[in-house]
Amino acid sequence: MDLTFLAFFAPFIAAVFAPFLVRIAGHNAAWILAVVPALIFVHFAGFLPDVAEGGRVTGGVQWIPSFNVNFSWLIDGLSLTFALLISGIGTLIVLYAGGYMKGHPQQGRFLCFILMFMGAMQGLVLSDSFFMFFVFWELTSITSFLLIGFNHNAERSRRAAMQALVVTGGGGLILLAGLIFLWNMTGVSEFSLLLGTGDLVRESPFYLAALILVLGGAFTKSAQFPLHFWLPNAMEAPTPVSAYLHSATMVKAGVYLVMRLNPVLGETVAWETILPLFGGATLLVGTFLAVRQTDLKLMLAYTTVASLGLLVMLTGFGTEKAIEGAVLYLVAHSLFKGALFMVAGNVDHEAGTRDVTKLGGLLAAMPITFGAAILSAFSMAGLPPFVGFLAKEEIYYGIAASDPWSIFITAVAIVGNALMLVIGFAVAVKPFLGPKVETPKSAHEAPLLMYAGPVLLAALSLAAALWSGLFHQFISSPMASAVAGVPLEITISIIPKPGLALTLSIVTIALGVVLYFGLARLRAAMAATLEAIGWGPDLGFDQFIRGLVRLSVVLTRSLQNGRMEFYMTATFVLLALWLFRTMFVADEWPAMPAFPVLSIYEWVTVAIIAIGLIAVVRAKNRLTAIVSLGIQGFAVAILFMLMGAPDLSFTQFMVETLTVVILALAMTRLRLSPQDHRSAGQTVLDGAVAIACGVALTFILLQILQTPFDRTLTDFFNLYSYSLAQGRNIVNVILVDFRGVDTFGEIGVVMVAGLAILALLRIVPKRSLGSAPAPRVPEAEPVAVGKE
Amino acid sequence: MEIAVAALTGLYFAVSIYLMLSRHIIRILLGTVTLSTGANLTIFAMGRITREVPPIIPSGLYLPAEGAANALPQALVLTAIVIAFSLFAFLLVLVMRSYQELGTDDTYAMRDAEPEGEPLPPLGY
Repeated sequence: MDLTFLAFFAPFIAAVFAPFLVRIAGHNAAWILAVVPALIFVHFAGFLPDVAEGGRVTGGVQWIPSFNVNFSWLIDGLSLTFALLISGIGTLIVLYAGGYMKGHPQQGRFLCFILMFMGAMQGLVLSDSFFMFFVFWELTSITSFLLIGFNHNAERSRRAAMQALVVTGGGGLILLAGLIFLWNMTGVSEFSLLLGTGDLVRESPFYLAALILVLGGAFTKSAQFPLHFWLPNAMEAPTPVSAYLHSATMVKAGVYLVMRLNPVLGETVAWETILPLFGGATLLVGTFLAVRQTDLKLMLAYTTVASLGLLVMLTGFGTEKAIEGAVLYLVAHSLFKGALFMVAGNVDHEAGTRDVTKLGGLLAAMPITFGAAILSAFSMAGLPPFVGFLAKEEIYYGIAASDPWSIFITAVAIVGNALMLVIGFAVAVKPFLGPKVETPKSAHEAPLLMYAGPVLLAALSLAAALWSGLFHQFISSPMASAVAGVPLEITISIIPKPGLALTLSIVTIALGVVLYFGLARLRAAMAATLEAIGWGPDLGFDQFIRGLVRLSVVLTRSLQNGRMEFYMTATFVLLALWLFRTMFVADEWPAMPAFPVLSIYEWVTVAIIAIGLIAVVRAKNRLTAIVSLGIQGFAVAILFMLMGAPDLSFTQFMVETLTVVILALAMTRLRLSPQDHRSAGQTVLDGAVAIACGVALTFILLQILQTPFDRTLTDFFNLYSYSLAQGRNIVNVILVDFRGVDTFGEIGVVMVAGLAILALLRIVPKRSLGSAPAPRVPEAEPVAVGKE
Repeated sequence: MEIAVAALTGLYFAVSIYLMLSRHIIRILLGTVTLSTGANLTIFAMGRITREVPPIIPSGLYLPAEGAANALPQALVLTAIVIAFSLFAFLLVLVMRSYQELGTDDTYAMRDAEPEGEPLPPLGY
């Protein structure tokens, strides 16, 4: 079996076993479970040499051949980097969760969810087929719903989970529409084939529609302003979730999609306007809101929003260097943000709080965690010698130019990066240095399981920059090439080259340092501004959900108002409309029939039926109604006799007699009036509906009668009734022989009806037991006779 | 003959639907009874109508007489009459029981499943 195929399912298989392993081995089960993502990492690392040479690996199996849908994967620079990040960081997160959730009664469930998410995310980035991509995309939404709502006893968790699901799941549906557009425009449903159809897509009249729909999916998943609000709320999830989903993986799915489709949808005015605008707005909003926060996780969450904005902005900017910068920054961000989230988790776990104003002087207690934190903060701030520095230099190379648009974007980037530096140090320095502050728990170093992850990721941030040649050769250059659609070679290293980019870096750092020392004032100013604004999209979400509930209540109560008459009227109005519509559209009206030639006794029978029917409607009391009903029934029996159907006639007589007798018995027991008491308007309306339906059905019957009659079946029964079935009464032969099973079913219906009637009659009324809360109108009381 | 029956079915359907649009279940019940008769006549007419000669093979012969009635719709209608009667009997008992339980035959007053003035569903999470 193909190992890549196995890699798709391995996390799900591991997820199934996770709860059992935890039951057996406790938190040490994490060591066993981490082997799965580690092996996946090793497997995908084996593709590195191929991909570094510009290779592209595709494979798969047939899934639904009749629809040309395949279970196919695409491994190129872009998806491979993502796969390595997902499985690599995933390994560390599983270990970290083993330590962080130690002793939690639901640790097994947690690891199960995390592994399922890992499988979904990995499937998403490796999928070649649109349909697989969409399935995995929604699967990440669903698994993240489970993870965010993990503490389901807290309403805040439930709200955050619901919010994430509504926003990202809804975005997924928009994305599906976009993918279907792309499929229709190009005729291909696989990314590997789509990549060659860029010109076709860009020239299509549906380009803008497809673009907006695809971006609708990408922007919701990657928390772009103004749909960013779900991401900070998702911090309700346990920290391993935040470190994994909301830094390195799930929220980057939208960025992945934008990068994946850059060669197809990019290089147009729309692309290069929408993406930088939304990305830039997200970058600024994210960093400003981050400044406002004092909770370590929320600070990081808002900078994640900002980073996603930066990535989208760069991908849409349109220069090759900007794409290289985006690629470098994506990797750098995954490494430092994953590490910093785990650091925040360690501080929370060991000191008992993650409010930055209540923390300080933890250095002595947690030196290893501090080491990981400060290294990661350097990378986040874009300082040498870390990979974040490479990313920032490359970004400035990519966007700095002298036209107004570039100057604007560069200014946005400088402010954003400076504020990120501020937050990075606020998270990594403030809790550890300075005077010791009393914390809810007496802090000590986190266990190995919990510091292994951040230390390793921080070390990687350093290593990737120190050995930048290797890093570029195997990771960043192939990835940038895949995003740009043309071969690119990234050469940037930690040795700074004097020039514009370096100057801008220095400006950024200087601005950041100044702002860092004014952080308290900045925070107060932001708080005041937000208070002045008051409303935000987060509040808007609540209003939206409430509005939705109210709307559905109004809709349900007006459509299902509990009035049978309303349902019946709607049904018959639609029936009449539909019948006439068909005749009208096809212009098929029955020809005017000849006036029937009937003998006198036939006329009399028909007249009796008609009179009986009208009498049923117009009857003034119940006896008249019953008698009239009987009259029309017996007249129909006579009609059957006249038309050569003695069996029918006999049955109709029997049934009609029984009907009248039973009805008379029952009606005299009920104090009811069959007299109708509709208002005049109601009578006209109901009459019109009834007559319309009657006329339409008559027309249809007339039309049927005007088509030639096919005697095949009749001849068959006539021919074989005696010769095969030895019966002379053909009707009887059909009933008991040719269509015997039908008759058997009929007997079944009669039997079931009889049993149901028996059951209904034998149910003891509740009130006779004396237990009913409010006795209803007793039977003997005169009831609403003719009152309407 | 078919034309007359077709007109008759139109009357049947109109009367039945008018009865079924009532608020009172007993009239709805009467409507179902006439509706099934109308449907039976429709099926019967579709098989074309001949007069007086029943579909019976005279003794000594192997085929019915020329011009005998079509047997197939008769067989179908026979089944339908019986089933319609079962339905009628069941509905009648249902009407009786619901009247005994609820004290009314006005469908507007039968609101146990969809009570009026129900509180809003919870707006929280």
